[in-house]
Amino acid sequence: MNTFIFTILIWLGSIIAGFLGSLTGLGGGIVIIPLLTLVFGVDIRYAIGASLVSVIATSSGAAAAYVKEGFSNIRVGMFLEIATTVGALVGAFLALRLSTPIIAVIFGLVLMHSAYISSRPRKESLCLTKPDRLANILKMNGTYPTLEGLKSYNVCSVPLGFGLMFIAGTVSGLLGIGSGAVKVLAMDQAMRLPFKVSTATSNFMIGVTAAASAGIYLNKGYIDPGLTMPVMLGVLLGSSLGARHLFGAETKKLRIIFGIVIFVLAVEMIYSGLKGGLLK
Amino acid sequence: MNKTEQQLPNHEMELVLGNLLRAGVIIAAATVFLGGIIYLLRHGFAVADYSVFQHEPSYLCNVQGIVDNASTFHGRGLIQLGLLLLIATPVARVALSIFEFARKRDTLYVIITLIVFCILLYSVMRG
Repeated sequence: MNTFIFTILIWLGSIIAGFLGSLTGLGGGIVIIPLLTLVFGVDIRYAIGASLVSVIATSSGAAAAYVKEGFSNIRVGMFLEIATTVGALVGAFLALRLSTPIIAVIFGLVLMHSAYISSRPRKESLCLTKPDRLANILKMNGTYPTLEGLKSYNVCSVPLGFGLMFIAGTVSGLLGIGSGAVKVLAMDQAMRLPFKVSTATSNFMIGVTAAASAGIYLNKGYIDPGLTMPVMLGVLLGSSLGARHLFGAETKKLRIIFGIVIFVLAVEMIYSGLKGGLLK
Repeated sequence: MNKTEQQLPNHEMELVLGNLLRAGVIIAAATVFLGGIIYLLRHGFAVADYSVFQHEPSYLCNVQGIVDNASTFHGRGLIQLGLLLLIATPVARVALSIFEFARKRDTLYVIITLIVFCILLYSVMRG
């Protein structure tokens, strides 16, 4: 296949990946990596590098929209970024040492887990009683706008949230995805932030986390300009289209279809990893 | 009412930061696009093969090499420059937050933000 046709096809695929990723809240990386490796036969290391860069683009591009609504908690985000960026460095160094079949299998397992988390209904359980002592020291408790005006909220289980964020960062650095699913889970269920606050804060953190491992990937020669160009431009376009569209009832149907697609991709990734080396 | 007033200046700063991020992404995407056009005009009919991982040439892996290559309007160098600008965008946001916390005399968060900033610098400048 010549480079021109290859670039156009990757670009179109990336638009769809970005669109589905933003519509379902799972992020573009989760579709783009299996697409590149399974369909286009790209080495997973190039796929991870290209995906990571597009993660930064979507997260930073969407930040202004979230900020306008005034939900993200900068203090919570900044504190947890210590955990996610250190995790991202660990993940990137792991990626340099692990063999590609092992990375493919881990990717498949994380894909399944993300599909499972996103298929479950999100339960909002606010931390209204007693905030964490650390949360007080770190001045994390905040307010967010609701229909009845500003509402205050507290933050629970800061150490647990910090630990989970380290894992989220490692996953992000190892696999080149935003790992928004783990971040949101940590803030929803451990730290008990209101939904809108945890979603916006997670978006705020994803770009910074991805930048921490992207530097390593760039230095180590994982980011190929010819491949990353159509991926980044496609995912960016697709995700901004996805953010503008609200399908209402259709979204639910789309989520189920997307969940099935992800499950199939996950099985394929694990199979290809096992076939590609682990069973030989 | 008092709370709203306290919230507003902070919120305005965040809006500025948010718009800065978006501007960074747009500039980065435009650079990548320009580089992509040049790259395709020159190499569009070569065979695309990414099935075997080869380390990228070293001049496309560090800041100095990328800037040198891009300044001579090489497609691949320009794309890499755009990607570098994109990686720099969240780093710039963290850097500005340091000043913002300093202005509010929030020493604890100046330190926290500095730690994050150093980790990012280590990643981008290393190697």
